[in-house]
Parts: sequence; structure tokens; C-alpha cells
Amino acid sequence: MADIKTLIAELTQVAENPAKAVAELKKETGKKLIGMFPYHLPEEIVYAAGMLPVGMWGGQTEIKLADKYLQSFCCSLIKANFEMGMDGTYKKFLDGVIMAAYCDTLKCVCEDWKVAVSELPLIAMYYPQNRKIAAAVPYMENEFKLVQAQLEKIAGKAVTEADLEAAWEVYEAYRAESRKFVKLVGKLPKTLNATTRHLIIKAAWFMDKKVYTEKLAALNAAIEAAEAEEFKGAKVIVEGILVEPVALLDAFVENDVCIVGDDVAHQSRMFRVEGRKEGSVYEKMAYRIVDAYADPLLLDEKKEHGKELINMVKEYGADGVVVCAMKFCDPEEYDYPIFKAELEAAGIPVLYMEIEQKMESVGQYKTRIQAFAETLA
Amino acid sequence: MEQKEKLSSKQMLNDLMADHYQSALDAKANGEIVAWATSIAPQELLTTMGIKVVYPENQAAAIGARKEAQKFIDDSEGRGYSVDLCSYARVNFGYANLKKSESQDIPMPDFIYSCSNICHTVLKWYENLAKELNIPLIIFDLPFNHTYDVQDHAAKYMKGQIEEAIKKLEQITKRKFDHDKFKEVMEQSNKTSQMWKDATMVAKAKPSPLNGFDLFNYMAAIVTNRGTKAGYEVFKRWKEELEEKAAAGLGPWKPGEEEKFRVMWDGIACWPYLGTTYKGLKNNGINMVTSTYPDSWTILYDNGDIEGMAKAYSAIYCNSNLQNGVDRITRIVDEYSLDGIVFHSNRSCKLLDFRQFEQQRQIEEKTGVATVLFDGDQTDPRAFSSEQYNTRIQAFLERLEIKKEERRKG
Repeated sequence: MADIKTLIAELTQVAENPAKAVAELKKETGKKLIGMFPYHLPEEIVYAAGMLPVGMWGGQTEIKLADKYLQSFCCSLIKANFEMGMDGTYKKFLDGVIMAAYCDTLKCVCEDWKVAVSELPLIAMYYPQNRKIAAAVPYMENEFKLVQAQLEKIAGKAVTEADLEAAWEVYEAYRAESRKFVKLVGKLPKTLNATTRHLIIKAAWFMDKKVYTEKLAALNAAIEAAEAEEFKGAKVIVEGILVEPVALLDAFVENDVCIVGDDVAHQSRMFRVEGRKEGSVYEKMAYRIVDAYADPLLLDEKKEHGKELINMVKEYGADGVVVCAMKFCDPEEYDYPIFKAELEAAGIPVLYMEIEQKMESVGQYKTRIQAFAETLA
Repeated sequence: MEQKEKLSSKQMLNDLMADHYQSALDAKANGEIVAWATSIAPQELLTTMGIKVVYPENQAAAIGARKEAQKFIDDSEGRGYSVDLCSYARVNFGYANLKKSESQDIPMPDFIYSCSNICHTVLKWYENLAKELNIPLIIFDLPFNHTYDVQDHAAKYMKGQIEEAIKKLEQITKRKFDHDKFKEVMEQSNKTSQMWKDATMVAKAKPSPLNGFDLFNYMAAIVTNRGTKAGYEVFKRWKEELEEKAAAGLGPWKPGEEEKFRVMWDGIACWPYLGTTYKGLKNNGINMVTSTYPDSWTILYDNGDIEGMAKAYSAIYCNSNLQNGVDRITRIVDEYSLDGIVFHSNRSCKLLDFRQFEQQRQIEEKTGVATVLFDGDQTDPRAFSSEQYNTRIQAFLERLEIKKEERRKG
């Protein structure tokens, strides 16, 4: 187990201190870093341009400047990003930012960013919601090429098809290894507790994906070789945009609740769709959006979010679903009443918690997780 | 016929709206197909197919204005819809469940027709409706324009969606789409849009013959009848009336009630508090002359040009970038000789809200007009305070007076 612990620590320490990790990444690689706003973005193009994508998923920031642009009912994740743009935090290590308008808030924040954070170049793009029709793929190709042209300017170099193919392979390997990891968590529910699981997945946002994938592959191999842990606590699937702060995850651990699977934007929704093999790289990137499923950020005519959660509960042998609803996130808030009814009809216990990324106290959540765990026991 | 010409535009409007709702209810009762659509969707396809369509936003506004919103909001919130979601959607989810309103009933839909040019919210809202009612969903996704103008590849994507929608409509109705009729409808839609715009532009006269709160009433007709001759006739009559008033030098209100200040309203109305918001301005001699509404339904394009049509739908104010929005309002300030702008920070509408602070700053700087921002909501009666509104309008009035005095002194 010592080996596993070392492998885990290498990844969790990255996620525990993203600012330090990113500063080191920049120093060690000498590469330019491009910030990735939530959610799906063409990271492969950044990588192909010889730069590294870095996740922008808010933080425990006090809002002082962003209120000049955003009312109180703006989601805490996007507001934190905006604050760190305005206060110069991102400028310290980023060379540009990519943002796609997945909701009305992001449409506006793109526009505000151009004024409020003008010193940090913004590449604004759009993914089609009517993604299953034939016209969606050429539209995406066009968007990718426009993004590429702007990235090439920042990188100071042209991106070739070969560069893109190589980057695509790096990302497919990362996604495959990540899918493998989330399936293995249930084998070691104590070692890979809610907090540790979160930090391991989170680390990918602040590392070169190639390096991350090598480390995760080693960890996966070690988990496969290890003996399964006996676990008497509850097993749950978590749903949401982001499950933070860490104190919230600690509340799962304290109550012996293991997160065996996730339907979380910051985690599995980023890597659960495997790329197609055929087509140009642009097409393959586009098809990952076409093939995405049960994702509240992407139009779903059949609205299969609830069905997917029910499938996950069965597949992972979970006892219930914990919804971590990011307050003021419209796409999530529209999906909840529909999948709640479906989960209830399927007899699956649901705990709904409205969260903000920065919370003064997680006391009430601890109590609610404890009570939920007791009902599952 | 002679009798009809004597009707006021207000009467014509009332008749048009009564007929709009009744004919949709009758169609449903007769087993015809009915659609629910968003307010600035490409109605041309539905009108061409002769499909009856009603607009949940319009109904929600009517329910809000008649102070009936709360029971529908309570119903949807009771099923898990967050208080932070758009109140039109919450009213509509409530109505879709309760199916009965004292204010205005609408027939239940056989399919859903949604266009994202007004917001992303309608994609999620209508996705839910289609799921809850188990009916087909036709979606038009118009990418938000981060560039100043609509990009060509976005128009091509939109064209692809129109072609797809026609196929779906043929499947739903089991009828062929008539492309000749489509051209006729496009022509009529352009004419009606232009007449709506022309009528609202009469408000440029000083004093304005238009009390801008009337815009909120006539808006129901441009939403529901943009593709019809009947809609055109209402706006034509309205324009004539406004021109007659303007020629006679009449202002927006009764003789003796002076239009001291001319302002624009940014955002959707506060339907449950129309009286309060109207009187708060009027009692201080402030006339709401215009808003961004007139342009939002001025969808103009060359007949038969599908990509041009797509661009026209995409280029509306809500779907345009900050700079484009600022420039539009700056032009409005100039063209309508405005003294100020009232910004409604509408709790329901994140798309308009989260650009509003910066817009307000930039427009103030560019035009020098006074501005005020108040908190409210389009239909949720709990999100508005009369005290805050009136206090802000008082402060606004003082700034308007100071600026007027400065102008007088040169």
C-alpha cells in the first residue's frame, strides 16, 4: 500500500495547492499556459500549439471586484473566476483564456471579461446546442479553426495536423485512464475516499496531461494489484458542476460515505465520452460533443440525465445519489426536478444540497450527509 | 369594412389578441396541432404550415399583469424548480401542470418550438416541457455573437437547423412544406415587422405621442402576429393615430400633462407592478418613449434568403455582444432625444442583467444621459419593492433635472 500512497500523494498535493502547482508547471516546462473556463473546451488545440491548458474552476476567493459587473445572483464558480481575473491572480501565470458560452451567465461574462480583464487575451467561442444535426459538425470545425488562429498568435507558432493528431492521442489516453480510475475507486473505498478521489481527478487540471496520465496509469495499476478493502459505509453517486470546498468532501469521509461514481462537470463529464476513431482531428473533437450524453450543459432532446443517473447507481452498486447543486446554475437547476422525479420513481434515495463554492461553514451539510448516510444504512 | 376602419388600434389589438387565443383553443378542440413557441422564433415556418401557435412568454406576462403568477410559481417551485430560475418558466411549468388560468388560457402543445436568440434559458425550459409532456422538440440554436456581427458559419449552422425543422414539421403534420407559401409569409413578416418599427418610431416626435408603456401592450401583437396581415393592420392604424397626435403636437398623456423628460426602458416590464412602475415615472413627468423592444421584433431580410433570415434572427439585441448593445442604445438615445435610461435589473433574466452594469457605465459615459437601475422581476411578485423603485426614481429625477439645467445653461 505504500506504493499507492506515494502515487496518490504525488497527485493530491498538486490539487491541494493549485497556485503553487501551476507556478511550478510554468517554471519547469517553460511553456505558456492557457486558462480553461468551465466546461468542455478544445484543450487539444492548446496542447498542439505547444502550450498547456490549465483549469479555471474558481477557488476560495473573497468577492471584492466582481460585484462591479455581476449581480448577487451570479453563480459563485464563475464569479470567483471573474474576481481572480480582475485582481490579477490569473495574469501571474496565464497567457490567455478560452471561454465558451454554455449558459446565459457565461455569454455575459465573456463580454465583461473583454473590458474588465483586457490585459489577459480572451478567446470566446460557442459550441452548438443543436449538436446532433449535420450542420453542427462543420460549425464546430469553423469554431475550432478560429480558436486555433488565436492560439497560434499567442504561441507564436503554427499548428500542424500532425501536432493536432499527437495532442488528440494524449487526450484520448488521459480520458481512457481517467475512466478506468473512476471505475476502480469502489475497490478501495477507504484509501480512495471522497476527498482523495476528488483531489486525484482535480490534479489533471494543473498538470501536463501526458505526465498526469502516466502517473494515473501507475496508480491504476497499483489499485488493480491491491486487495479490495472491506467497507461497510454507504456508496453514493454525486451529481453537479463541482463538489467543493474540500471540507464538504471531508463530511462524506467522516460519515463513511464513499463516492463510487460521479456525474460532475469538473470530473467525469469531461472524460466519460470516448472519441471516435474516424475523421479529421477537428471532426473527432466535434463528435465528442455530438456523442456527449446526459450533460445538462448540452441540449438533450430525450432528456436522459435521470436515466443516466439510474444506470450509474446500478453500475456502481450505489445506495443513493447526492446532488450538489451549484446555486444560480440554470442548466443544473432546470434538470433537477426532472431527474429527481425519475430517481424517486426508481426508488433511489436522493440528497439535494444547494452549494456555493466558497462557504463560511459546512456544518449544516455535515448534518445532512450524516442523516442521509443513516437512512442508507 | 367602413365600420372596421373606424376601430381604434387599441380595439383592433384587443380583437386580434382575443382571436389569437380563441382560435388556438378552438383549433385544439378540433383536433388540430398546436405549438408552443418562444417570442422571437422563426414563426415563418409555422405560419407557412398553418399551424396554430401560442407563446408561453406572452401568457406568462398576462398572468403576471393580472396578478395571478404566484399560484403557478408555487406549483413549479413545489416540484423542485428553483426560485432562482426565470419566472416566465416557473409560471409556464405551473400552467403546464394546472392547465387553468383566470387570466388567459392556452391550449396544451403537440410540439415545442424554441429559439435561443432570446436566451439560453429557453433551451432548458423547452427541453423540460418536451420531456414532461412527451412531445417533439424543435430547436433553433443561434450562437451568441461574441463578434460585433453575425458570422457566416453561424448563419450556415442556422440554415441547417431551418432545413431540419422543416423536415420535422412535415413529419409532425404529415403534410408537405409549401415553399411558395413560405415566400409569401416571409414577405408579410417583413412588412409587419417594418410597420411595427415605423409605428414605434413616431415616438421620436417631441413631445412623444406615445406613452411607452403602450409598447408593452402592442408587443403582444408583434409576438403573436408578426407573420400576419392582421398584425400589420393593427400597427398601421396605431401609426396613423400616433402621427395624428404628433401632428397636433399632442404628448403621451392628457392635455396639460407635460412630458418633461424622455427616457428609455432597458429590459422586460415588471408585469405585476405595471401600475407602480408607470405612475412612478408619469407622476414626475417622465415618459418612457422607447425601449429595446421595437428593434427586437424588427426582423428584416431579403425574401427567400434563408441565411439572411438566420442572421436577422441572430442579430437581435439579446444575442449581440456588449459593444453592439452599447452602440444600439447610444443610437436610440440620440434618435429619440432621450434624457435618461431606466435599467430594470430583472431577477429572472441573467442574460440581460450580467452585462447591465457595464452597459450602464459605458452608455452614461458616451451619451451623458442620467441613468437609474432598480431591482425587480418580470413576473415574480416577490422580487420587487415599490419603496426602492420610487426612491430610485426620485434620485433619478433629481439627476434629470440637474442635467436639464446644465444643458439650458449650455
